[in-house]
Amino acid sequence: MDFSLDKKHEMARSLFREFAETEVKPLAQEVDETEEFPMETVKKMQKYGFMGIPVPKEYGGQGCDPLTYVMCVEELSKVCATTGVVVSAHTSLCIDPILTYGTEEQKQKYVKPLATGEKLGAFALTEPGAGTDAQGAQTKAVLDGDEWILNGSKCFITNGKVADVYIVIAITSVVTDKRGRKKKNFSAFIVDKGAPGFSFGTKEKKMGIRGSSTYELIFEDCRIPKENLLGPEGKGFPIAMHTLDGGRIGIAAQALGIAEGALDRAVAYTKERKQFGRSIAQQQNTQFKLADMAARIEAAQLLVYKAAMAKATQKVYSVEAAKAKLFAAETAMAVTTEVVQLFGGYGYIREYDVERMMRDAKITEIYEGTSEVQRMVISGALLK
Amino acid sequence: MKIVVCIKQVPDTKGGVKFNPDGTLDRGAMLTIMNPDDKAGLEAALRLKEQYGAEVTVVTMGLPKADEVLREAMAMGADKGILVTDRVLGGADTWATSTTIAGAIRNLEYDLIITGRQAIDGDTAQVGPQIAEHLDLPVISYAQDIKIDGDYVIVQRQYEDRYHELKAKMPCLITALSELNVPRYMTPGGIFDAYEKEVTVWGRADLKDVDDSDLGLKGSPTKIAKASDKVRKGAGEKVVLDTEEAVAYLMGKFKEKHVI
Repeated sequence: MDFSLDKKHEMARSLFREFAETEVKPLAQEVDETEEFPMETVKKMQKYGFMGIPVPKEYGGQGCDPLTYVMCVEELSKVCATTGVVVSAHTSLCIDPILTYGTEEQKQKYVKPLATGEKLGAFALTEPGAGTDAQGAQTKAVLDGDEWILNGSKCFITNGKVADVYIVIAITSVVTDKRGRKKKNFSAFIVDKGAPGFSFGTKEKKMGIRGSSTYELIFEDCRIPKENLLGPEGKGFPIAMHTLDGGRIGIAAQALGIAEGALDRAVAYTKERKQFGRSIAQQQNTQFKLADMAARIEAAQLLVYKAAMAKATQKVYSVEAAKAKLFAAETAMAVTTEVVQLFGGYGYIREYDVERMMRDAKITEIYEGTSEVQRMVISGALLK
Repeated sequence: MKIVVCIKQVPDTKGGVKFNPDGTLDRGAMLTIMNPDDKAGLEAALRLKEQYGAEVTVVTMGLPKADEVLREAMAMGADKGILVTDRVLGGADTWATSTTIAGAIRNLEYDLIITGRQAIDGDTAQVGPQIAEHLDLPVISYAQDIKIDGDYVIVQRQYEDRYHELKAKMPCLITALSELNVPRYMTPGGIFDAYEKEVTVWGRADLKDVDDSDLGLKGSPTKIAKASDKVRKGAGEKVVLDTEEAVAYLMGKFKEKHVI
């Protein structure tokens, strides 16, 4: 077993790191303060192929593997978690399901412009009454001749409003089982921005990842072509769950990046900050905290990379993804909280990155499946 | 059009410098980057490729690990990479280096050769012009802008307070300044492709029309007396004096240090 990266992955990491330090880091505080979507950065990422890293070249992508993509999200998130999630939601939640379940026509029409970054993607499952209990969703789709008619709303949608292509999960039938219980059958759809009857509701004001565009989507007799059904009718729920397995690896990478970024800053700061006549890094309390954080981060990194490799080589990787997301997200929260503590009063001031990082970390324990959901997935596999 | 770009893997000055006992750099032990002026030269070549159509070949001389800098260049868009590496070439100064590179380039077809102005490890700015001399080519150094006009290149050569516009018939050699452009990043797919491609590796036997006496440490007229890492300056001495006292103080110091 060899834990070292090969040369091409090392070089890819150095590329992502240089790009993040030069192009992303200088804007991170401003993106957070102004809550403005980093469109200029996305255009630069488009130019250098960051918007389609694990997508085959024949569909406009870079032809790299999930590990390379994960390292990109990790390095971006080290300096700006907002930028990290833009890439993650676009790649894992929008491109990946079309690539996995789409027809050749759908791949040609949608994956190509998404993978080159010409278009931006989003994924819409969550509804006001349906979070962890996704079966509670109410949005419906009815076939009317050559068109599907969608009605309902989706909330907390990352890349909402800025995206051009949306994967939308909606109920297409309700069946009654032998015991008389009603069961909803969901289907997945590809919806273009500008489809008649598709509009945006309120923009969410968030605790963290404030530059990421989070919107409510509204469908009022929204008509989309019949051929925009993604995968078989009635298979929307497994499609959504499989998509989230991939998405969780992206979010795990985002969480890992946040934790690494916070530790980097803690190492630099504690060497400079003097109290009682010496740097706080020379004090054992600090040293032990730094050591614990470093060990925990490396463990998270191994889980995240293992999940990325599982996605590359296995059909099913739910448990690997859940473990990576659970551990990396809780590591991000624990590490950023500890780093703010090491910074003391300065850590609580918005001028310092670590305050932002602690706010950004929290969402990684919530979206694309809460930590509780990850525990359900992991224990479900253990107990089956 | 065929463009040859000469690049060098140099120590990343952020990572600290290490020396061999003979005073030459211990290149194997240091973090490395593509020399910034060379990277600008490569970017210029890639822009010419996009604008006029060209095949870009990158050449480097160094340890086997200098393969990395060629892969980086190919990940940015260069078409081919050639690594010149051989034990007998080690310890080369600018003369032996330019002899070696010229010996390699004699095997290639080219319209234009671009090198960086100078490398951040040696800072001599000699290798580019020396290659041109070996190959009997016109050279335009310190290029801040490059255009192609038929069989000619039109280059702005930077001067202290102005620039000169020079026109030269190809084939010729240009040395590029890092101010020439902002080099592009690699792409992830470019990196994967670069590691799929073969890098051509040449040794002493592949060099054309060169004498052994002009190669490696033995062929280098430069003798290094002593080499050391940058020594940190002390805090200095601060004095507050009126004008006449200050002049007297400075004159005293200059005499003491044998400046005057």
